[in-house]
Amino acid sequence: MKSDIILRVIAKLLMPFTLIFALYVQFHGDFGPGGGFQAGVIAAAAVVFYSIIFGLEAGRRLVPGWVVEKVLATGVLVYAVTGLAGIALGGNYLDYFVLDADPVTGQHRGIFWVEVGVALTVSGVMIKLFYMFAGRSREPEDA
Amino acid sequence: METLTINVLLAVMAVTVTAMALQRNLFGVVVLFGIYSFLMATVLVALDAVDVAMTEAAVGAGVSTVLLLGALYLTGGTEAKPSRRPLLPLALSIAVGAVLVYGMLGLPGFSDPGAPIHVHVAPHYLEASVRETGVPNVVTAVLASYRGYDTLGETAVVFTAGIGVIALLRRRREKESR
Amino acid sequence: MSAIAGHFSYGITVFLMVAGLYILMARANLLKKLIGLALMQTSVYLLYIAPGKLIGGTAPIIAEGFERYSNPLPHVLILTAIVVGVATLALGLALVVRIREAYGSIEEDEILERED
Repeated sequence: MKSDIILRVIAKLLMPFTLIFALYVQFHGDFGPGGGFQAGVIAAAAVVFYSIIFGLEAGRRLVPGWVVEKVLATGVLVYAVTGLAGIALGGNYLDYFVLDADPVTGQHRGIFWVEVGVALTVSGVMIKLFYMFAGRSREPEDA
Repeated sequence: METLTINVLLAVMAVTVTAMALQRNLFGVVVLFGIYSFLMATVLVALDAVDVAMTEAAVGAGVSTVLLLGALYLTGGTEAKPSRRPLLPLALSIAVGAVLVYGMLGLPGFSDPGAPIHVHVAPHYLEASVRETGVPNVVTAVLASYRGYDTLGETAVVFTAGIGVIALLRRRREKESR
Repeated sequence: MSAIAGHFSYGITVFLMVAGLYILMARANLLKKLIGLALMQTSVYLLYIAPGKLIGGTAPIIAEGFERYSNPLPHVLILTAIVVGVATLALGLALVVRIREAYGSIEEDEILERED
């Protein structure tokens, strides 16, 4: 598909705006619809779109497989460690109000880091699923 | 007016599902599934569930359709004609449907403010979320703060699905890239 | 009559669930069975969210000037359910791909024949 000039130009135009929209949805999830899941899927959709237009090898050069694997594991780790920070600062697991002197600011911080963890895992898993399904070769027909 | 929009969209969704059941070309079935997911996302916006609509549009109409197309490419395109008439599944489905219809007649009507789901925990979340967490989006506050454990479990489920697919599909690669 | 109008959304939910169940039971193609399973899951989303809607209310985002909000609790539960649904679908599709490579077909009857 990369020989078609319209698709190439549109893909190059759309991809940065899609990534910025994913970041917008992530950080404005507190004030409007959005949050970690939606942002993760939109970011994964940008990478999948690029891979569909320019080929799987170009997509793998842009975002290598091992980077995606590390990212998807880091997301769950960030979430779990935010919970442990609650224990370290005197509360129970996943208590946010102990994360700062002012409990409401503590809640803000906890929610921010938790949503970052969710977005990392969801985007990593969606990109990895696409790589796994698209990278597998079709078996040759039996004779 | 709102109720009319919702009912019309629901009726179109029912028609789409009937077409999906009768269609044997699997590519057509996957496209109908994408259409169905978009209709579901529209109905969810009409039902004031904006977060859920965004997730359903992105996940159901986006990622699910891409994965189904990927699996379809790897397996093959048409469903074989059934060898015998599926009368037992049809009878069983109609029986289950009849029992469910009988059960749902006892549920509260559409948009009933006195329904039990509106009187227990939900008013507390709506009233206390800005004061306790400082986040106006009540769904995000409940998801990340009041029900944070559930979201941790769900992130672990997504992670497990990723690991599972990696374990199942890792070995064979495109032969041309070697 | 108004009882039927008030329960129309439940009726459609039951229809979608039973249609998904029929596709799951009656079709032998594994890919179509997985799509039937996904249909049953989406009908449950509708079952949870439709009763939470209040006519004249708005989305549950606290803002100036709005008094009635739709119930936020089903939205939270269904957000989790949607993501778990796609996880299930992805694992099911990976298994179908491996079955195709092992048995050469994804029709249930042919796989059972080849098993014996």
